[in-house]
Amino acid sequence: MIRLVGILTGLVFAFVALLAFVTGAYTFFTEPTEETAEHAFHMEAHLPTGGYTFDGLAPQWDVAQLQRGYKVYKEVCSACHSMNHVAFRDLEQLGYSEAQVKAEAAAWQVPGIDPVTGEANLRPGLPTDYFPAPYANNTAAAAANNNAIPPDLSLMTKARHHGTAYVYSLLTGYRDPNSYTNEEGETLAQAFPDSMPGTGLHFNPWFANLNLAMAPPLHTAGQVTYDDGTEATVQQMSADVAAFLTWTAEPSLVDRVRLGWMVMGFLIFLTILAYLAKKSVWSQLKTRRDD
Amino acid sequence: MSFPWAKQYEPTNAVTKFLDEKLPLPRLVYNAVGAGYPVPRNLSYAWNFGVLAGFCLVLQIVTGVILAMHYAANAGVAFDSVEHIMRDVNWGWLMRYAHANGASAFFVVVYLHIFRGFFYSSYKAPREMIWLIGVTIFLLMMATAFMGYVLPWGQMSFWGAKVITGLFGAIPLVGEPLQIWLLGGYAPDNAALNRFFSLHFLLPFVIAGVVILHIWALHIPGSSNPTGVEVKTESDTVPFHPYYTAKDGFGLAVFLVIYCAFVFFMPNALGHPDNYIPANPLSTPAHIVPEWYFWPFYAILRAFTFDFILPAKLWGVLAMFAAILVWFFLPWLDKSPVRSGHYRPLFRKFFWVLVADMALLFYLGGAAAEEPYVMLSQIATAYYFLHFLVILPIISSIERPEPLPFSITEAVLGADDKAALPAGSAA
Repeated sequence: MIRLVGILTGLVFAFVALLAFVTGAYTFFTEPTEETAEHAFHMEAHLPTGGYTFDGLAPQWDVAQLQRGYKVYKEVCSACHSMNHVAFRDLEQLGYSEAQVKAEAAAWQVPGIDPVTGEANLRPGLPTDYFPAPYANNTAAAAANNNAIPPDLSLMTKARHHGTAYVYSLLTGYRDPNSYTNEEGETLAQAFPDSMPGTGLHFNPWFANLNLAMAPPLHTAGQVTYDDGTEATVQQMSADVAAFLTWTAEPSLVDRVRLGWMVMGFLIFLTILAYLAKKSVWSQLKTRRDD
Repeated sequence: MSFPWAKQYEPTNAVTKFLDEKLPLPRLVYNAVGAGYPVPRNLSYAWNFGVLAGFCLVLQIVTGVILAMHYAANAGVAFDSVEHIMRDVNWGWLMRYAHANGASAFFVVVYLHIFRGFFYSSYKAPREMIWLIGVTIFLLMMATAFMGYVLPWGQMSFWGAKVITGLFGAIPLVGEPLQIWLLGGYAPDNAALNRFFSLHFLLPFVIAGVVILHIWALHIPGSSNPTGVEVKTESDTVPFHPYYTAKDGFGLAVFLVIYCAFVFFMPNALGHPDNYIPANPLSTPAHIVPEWYFWPFYAILRAFTFDFILPAKLWGVLAMFAAILVWFFLPWLDKSPVRSGHYRPLFRKFFWVLVADMALLFYLGGAAAEEPYVMLSQIATAYYFLHFLVILPIISSIERPEPLPFSITEAVLGADDKAALPAGSAA
């Protein structure tokens, strides 16, 4: 009885699934799906040539690069983007001394309370403060940016597929939609005139829907003056800030992998011991037939 | 119950003697996972996954309790409190990555454990109760994992919760009030987050209790084995300790190597980047996907796109739940007297088709809801139901199994002294 009911139930579910398949297949073959601009023009993210010191299985932070990236954030990105999860004290990991961090924090104005009147004011930052947001709230952020809220950057490289490469590709990826050609040799203007960037939007094949509200933030060589004398090309600044944002998203990355190798070493040793123990215990027992 | 030749616990000193009289806990452990539990001598490493699942449960409870000390279940600060754990709590990143990847590891070993059960028909008499309790554990795990994934309150947390609780809305008449009652509102918000946290803390202990029932039920008939032939004499078994503690110990070490490779070298490989974006009810992610361990069932849910008498959405919900509930009926659907797939030529072929089908459903559940993925998932879903509900009962009627060994001892050693007994007297 239970098998009869089972067979009937199984046939019903299979029938309905196959019915859905037949109707889906009919639609699929009679109404060919239209090629989309995103499909024809969207590009996979790529790392800068040479890659990063924190890639791979023996990662290192390039402290000089992180410092340069921080400078790019401070002088360019921070005008619109917050970095809520990072505190000034964290900058010690970028090779700054305690005194330097104190001075750096004091150079930023953070929201505070006047100790006399109790009114909201701005005061110089302390190492324990978090980086202040450029806008008081999302409404203000939207109002100042053509209704597109600039996202917080603390976790950006973990919040996108291939995050570090994505940030680098996006920052270096602004193109003219009238002259840029995709792999098919088409321009966006020819192939998908409806997908051309509207007012206040900018074409960038590395952005998911091709047109984004952010104007090219890094556009001119020398826009940031590096303290270590590195030439500040757009590629260099983009690569540096992508490295910095990798650190802000995952400050424990280098320590984690280093600890991981120690754990692996211990576990592989443990595995060998466990194998030998198993072999020794079972050696007293015949486990295999001779024939 | 145990076999008559099981070793007896003998307290050796004053303390253990005292304990054995007042509260025989050492005796219980000795009989459960010690030398007092005789186990078939021929278990392969496929029998390792139960112990590994138990280890994962303990791992999840320990890391989870520590995370709960620092996590704040409030929609306003939940996301930030997870980042606080990652950045400011000593070893917080390790606890969180161990817990997140621990959930995946738990599902990996449990899926392997279940497929071991499928191949060796571990659900058959006299082990039906172990199987029923096991499927219950799997359902509890799914509920726990689902609610746990909501807690970081990222985009996938929020939208996953919205989609899954939205399924209850497909139930006729009571659907919508039920959905509102479950969420404590019209959409996932603080009320939902708080109750999910409460239940996510509670359910693992419920699972631990049900695991005890699972092991208790296992100790009535004893462990199954790769031949599927029941234990007959003492030479068929070895004491659990030291034989299987040593063998499981090696398996555990190998498991830890793989697990730690994920935790330390690719901790986010199994997660979705969107969950590092704070929950935003006003912005829907491009593709809403659950965690990978739900993908086969998510593929089945999405396969139903045609309103046949009932709305397609309701078919999807019914099929998704039926896909797991059907496992409860396996002991009565598969009536073949032979357990092990090694001696069932036809069953064995279809078993591997099922494995391929499940692998396909896994892939399709994670893929975007567009063609050709939807069409493939419709075929794979149809096979899934046909396999368990139609093919399995028919195979068990028409298949001619291969000859079984007389005993485990004969299977292992090639000869069994007891096999010389007149036919029928031993079985």
